[in-house]
Amino acid sequence: MVTSEHSRPGNPSPAGAMSQGRGPGGDNAGRPRPVPPAPGYTFRQRAAIWIRRRGAGPYLLLLPATAVIGVLILWPAVQVGLFSFKNYGLMQISGVLPAQWVGFSNYSQILHDPEFWQSLKTSVYFAVVVVPLTMIAGTLAGLLLARLGPRMRTFVSVSALLAWATPAVSASVIFVWLVSPDGGVVDWALAKLPSWLGGGAHWAGFSWTNATLPAYTVLTVMLVWTGFPFIAVTVLAGLRTLPSELLEAARVDGAGPWRTFWRVTFPLLRPVFLVLALLSTIWDFGMFTQAYIVTGGLGQPDEFNLGLYEYSQAFTQPPHYGLASAAAFVLTIILLIVTVGYVRAAIKQGSLA
Amino acid sequence: MTAAPLTTASASARASAAPGRRRGRGLSRGTRRALLNLAGVLVALFALFPVLWMISTAFKPATEIYSLTPHPIPLHPTLANFRAVFSGSVIGISYWNFLKNSLFVTLVAVAASSLIGLLAAIALGRFRFRFRTTYLIMLLIVQLLPQQALVVSLFIDFRKVNLLDSLVGLIAVYTAFALPVTIWMLRNFAATVPKDLEEAAAIDGAGVWTRFWRILLPLVSPGLVSTSVFAFIFAYNEFVFALTFLGTDTAKFTLPLYVQYFYGQNSTDWGAIMASSTLFTIPVLAFFLLTQRRLASGLVAGAVKG
Repeated sequence: MVTSEHSRPGNPSPAGAMSQGRGPGGDNAGRPRPVPPAPGYTFRQRAAIWIRRRGAGPYLLLLPATAVIGVLILWPAVQVGLFSFKNYGLMQISGVLPAQWVGFSNYSQILHDPEFWQSLKTSVYFAVVVVPLTMIAGTLAGLLLARLGPRMRTFVSVSALLAWATPAVSASVIFVWLVSPDGGVVDWALAKLPSWLGGGAHWAGFSWTNATLPAYTVLTVMLVWTGFPFIAVTVLAGLRTLPSELLEAARVDGAGPWRTFWRVTFPLLRPVFLVLALLSTIWDFGMFTQAYIVTGGLGQPDEFNLGLYEYSQAFTQPPHYGLASAAAFVLTIILLIVTVGYVRAAIKQGSLA
Repeated sequence: MTAAPLTTASASARASAAPGRRRGRGLSRGTRRALLNLAGVLVALFALFPVLWMISTAFKPATEIYSLTPHPIPLHPTLANFRAVFSGSVIGISYWNFLKNSLFVTLVAVAASSLIGLLAAIALGRFRFRFRTTYLIMLLIVQLLPQQALVVSLFIDFRKVNLLDSLVGLIAVYTAFALPVTIWMLRNFAATVPKDLEEAAAIDGAGVWTRFWRILLPLVSPGLVSTSVFAFIFAYNEFVFALTFLGTDTAKFTLPLYVQYFYGQNSTDWGAIMASSTLFTIPVLAFFLLTQRRLASGLVAGAVKG
């Protein structure tokens, strides 16, 4: 049943450390002889023997984590699925009326809601634009880092990671200020830019956050800014695992950097790039905080992405928890499909070992 | 030139062609280095600019903030914006209150997730058992579930058990959501503690507690440091749960919620908004700078983001 050689009786194992005091047989290491619980043992000793003999150690160690994750993540996930088939709203949460099963009516309601499709489209377009941009920016930065001297490399990568570590709320508020029509530096700079670069006086006082396209342009720059450092340092770490002879050989063969990247680096680091692309997709498709702040809370339904649409169903008055759960379920399923790809890539990479 | 694993003949033939190509690009070693460094500085500037601009704005008087030509460095630096934040202008509650809330929630959640995560990591890193792989896959998936989806369900549950407008509820959620990454990263550290070491100690008569405190814990503590930093950054920065659970009680707000609320109430006073944002951001960035050396490996090892 249990294949752990750690959990044999008599073998010192951390399981013992966590579950009891010094058990009988705990000190004569390596003897796989089961010790019968003689009548003279205390309760603690009996428990220790039972745990070791049954190999229950790892399960006991996992118990607290499983309970916390189960109650606060897994159960809510299941409950979202259940709520999506119920008419849960204001009356139900305040206990005036009992919640009833309504079949697929929540789903058919959101699927007939043009706002749902609009928000889904926004999420998809956003991910389709931001993921490649972040990947390209991050990969270029990673390749650059690999060519820098050690000091410069530390300086650049730490600076970049500060962007990554900046809280989403701060980043959002900062970017709203940067693009503010009233004193923002972006409009000022664009107005100064020569017209052949797209600049001009018409940028002065341009409002970025009141329409979908400009708002999501700001969000695009922000998420590339937040996301590229992680990709850069991961690509850098990947580059260091490559055998230097291969890159040298490519150079000797006269391959330029472009060719070397696509013929040598990329194929060898394909699993790393796959994982990064999938993770970026999950983060960018599921973006919430930044969109919430930049588009101004829940006040502008035409600027919703899927996350905001779902959230607003539950948390604008009157609340529709059933509809929100149906939308949340759709969001979760889409992300789970990407996650399955991610898990498969992770398994291939051997990170489950 | 000679490191290529090719046959000698072709290697030498190609090697002779290569220098010509190099010179053809027309860049000396020094120029190349200078250009690369310049590119590096530009990348660093791009990354730092928003944060630097935030800090600079926080020190500017209103006349400079709305001037027609923005200066990167305040000409007449002032602390007025910070004073407004500390004295609790607009909201009526000082920054310190929110810092206290944030630190309380974050530190308790980090401690809880470290402890619970370490136990689970020992199980996953040092034992082979039946559902080990299943459990690891579960952690990978759970870590990527969208929080704004689960928050609906958690809101309804928390309402029933009176955990809304409560920092305790927030601590519970942050502990749970920090756990998958904590376990995932710690398990590798737990796996690297040599079995022989523990067995030797056992033969010398060290009890299980001694072995845990003296051998296992010191050896996994570098791992605990990096997972704690990640849990700290996650909990300190978290917004969706705080927004949903602490909706009405301003005094209970954590810092991210405070900054967002301050911005919402105050949307034209950019000096004060940037001051509040600076006071929220600088601690976590400073903390990150202090610990980043230890983080580099962990960051790459696990898929982590708030």
